[in-house]
Amino acid sequence: MEQTVNPIAQKTSMFGTQSQTIAFVVLVSVLLAAPFVTYPPFLMECMCFALFALAFNLLIGYVGLLSFGHALYFGWASYMSAHAAKDWGLSPELAILTGTATAAVCGLVAGSLAIRRQGIYFAMITLALAQMMYFVALRAKFTGGEDGIQAVPRGHLFGVLSLDNDATMYGFVFVIFIAAFLFIYRVIHSPFGEVLRAIRENELRAISLGYKTDRYKLMAFVLSATLAGLAGAIKALVVQIASLTDVYWPMSGEVVLMTLVGGLGTIFGPIVGSFVILAMQYKLAWMGQWVLVIQGVIFVVCVLLFRRGIVGELANVLRIKL
Amino acid sequence: MFTIFGVPSAVLFGQLLIGLINGSFYALLSLGLAVIFGMLNIINFTHGAQYMLGAVAAYLLLNVVGIGYWPALIIAPILVGASGILIERLFLQWLYKLDHLYGLLLTFGIALIIEGVGRNYLGTAGLPYTLPDSLRGGNNLGFMYLPNYRAWVICVSLVVCFGTWFAIERTRLGAYLRAATENPTLVRAFGINVPKMITLTYGFGVALAAFAGVMAAPIYNVSPNMGSELIIVVFAVVVIGGMGSILGAIVSGFGLGVVEGLTKVFYPEASNTVIFLVMAIVLLVRPAGLFGRRT
Repeated sequence: MEQTVNPIAQKTSMFGTQSQTIAFVVLVSVLLAAPFVTYPPFLMECMCFALFALAFNLLIGYVGLLSFGHALYFGWASYMSAHAAKDWGLSPELAILTGTATAAVCGLVAGSLAIRRQGIYFAMITLALAQMMYFVALRAKFTGGEDGIQAVPRGHLFGVLSLDNDATMYGFVFVIFIAAFLFIYRVIHSPFGEVLRAIRENELRAISLGYKTDRYKLMAFVLSATLAGLAGAIKALVVQIASLTDVYWPMSGEVVLMTLVGGLGTIFGPIVGSFVILAMQYKLAWMGQWVLVIQGVIFVVCVLLFRRGIVGELANVLRIKL
Repeated sequence: MFTIFGVPSAVLFGQLLIGLINGSFYALLSLGLAVIFGMLNIINFTHGAQYMLGAVAAYLLLNVVGIGYWPALIIAPILVGASGILIERLFLQWLYKLDHLYGLLLTFGIALIIEGVGRNYLGTAGLPYTLPDSLRGGNNLGFMYLPNYRAWVICVSLVVCFGTWFAIERTRLGAYLRAATENPTLVRAFGINVPKMITLTYGFGVALAAFAGVMAAPIYNVSPNMGSELIIVVFAVVVIGGMGSILGAIVSGFGLGVVEGLTKVFYPEASNTVIFLVMAIVLLVRPAGLFGRRT
């Protein structure tokens, strides 16, 4: 949230600032090299969560809206994509599209309700609506209740390329992830993104300048929900299961944590945050319920001492923009 | 026994009673949230966990220390309220100058810590809390059977809710409190210790949650998860009622409990979601909430 660097003072390049170009190159090279070092399914899951966190950050970091119910879009997209791939037999790209479209519609409905109230109420409304859709998922027939939708087929991309091979699947997820990242970057640095930031800084002033801020907020909300849905839809194919965990409230809390740890309102923060949190969950899985306590402690420490997050602190120390 | 709209009266009134019981907890919890929000400008996400702590404290007092229900009704809220004061002094007081959302995130983190510790030591299954003999049994009212304990919970909740309302709206201390909510700097200039009042307000709100927890212990099993689902429903109740009015919190709490109970009779599939649906409708029709002031 804190803007400490003067962007004009920096050399600009094709990617905005030089530091961002370097960070982007590092990101791409790490993601290309990582599967040779680490387990690819873990990395694919990381990319899904990173995209989820990027989508969430679009709202909190750039419009200043805290949605505490993003599991709704992630989880429901995951269900619909799994359902489309398994029960309707759609090819993976159409299954993902189905899931993403579901999230977009949910986002439109929930968003138009939630933006009717400001500040803290916004968070409570999004949380309550997500909880409602959790109960719907619990009751609905096609979701399989407690079992979820299991053994989701990855299928053949465009009917040709089999995704059962982890290497191919990795390439597919990587391409979508990078494309979505560049898209989000573009949105943030477009005139639309500037208006969003103006709303975050001073909504009344934006209104007085003639912007229909409600419309901008809704558009940002739908965009964020759709991208969160894209992440959920891919995840269903990556881990081949869609379950209640993805749509339950702790998932909404997790994406907040990832973004907070990485750095609210930074471009690369959500990616770093989600990799850190997921790695922590894998490493500490043996500790069982204590992981919940550790996550709580991270929340407390981040809010009290570390509000810029990892990337935000780094950018602050190096006096660059990330 | 007779039937109403094809539903046996015992079923209808039974669910209505359950609705009123749930409504008492909604009212007590949303009241606490509203009082805390008024003074601290923080939405206390830990509220559900503190409700759970109240129930756990009652359970431990009974089964470890050997202190029964009646003393626990006083001791547990004091203990949990004291822990709340500690939380306010250690953590919350640093956040008042920041954006509201940091308060929400911090209290969410504390809720995770409490719930995680609870799950480690209590398990997730839930532990039964035995009722005191004096509150067992019940009366047949002709159209339904009324267990004594349930009647007791509803009456006590009503008394505590209206007592809180009276204390805030009709006493001198309450007047200070309301004044400090409106303009803390000015009230401080009059020589009133506002930071201390903020601390005590948080402690009181938390104690209220713990009190609800003690009363809930004999009805629901004492489990570490009992607060987290409830707090989300209470958030919806708060959105519906608006946090500007104490009376609004009480009325919407009880009202929504009854609505939920009736839904269980006539359309059970929707009983989990009905409060959220009501919230959506209220947002469409009266965005500021039923009792809220337009912001």
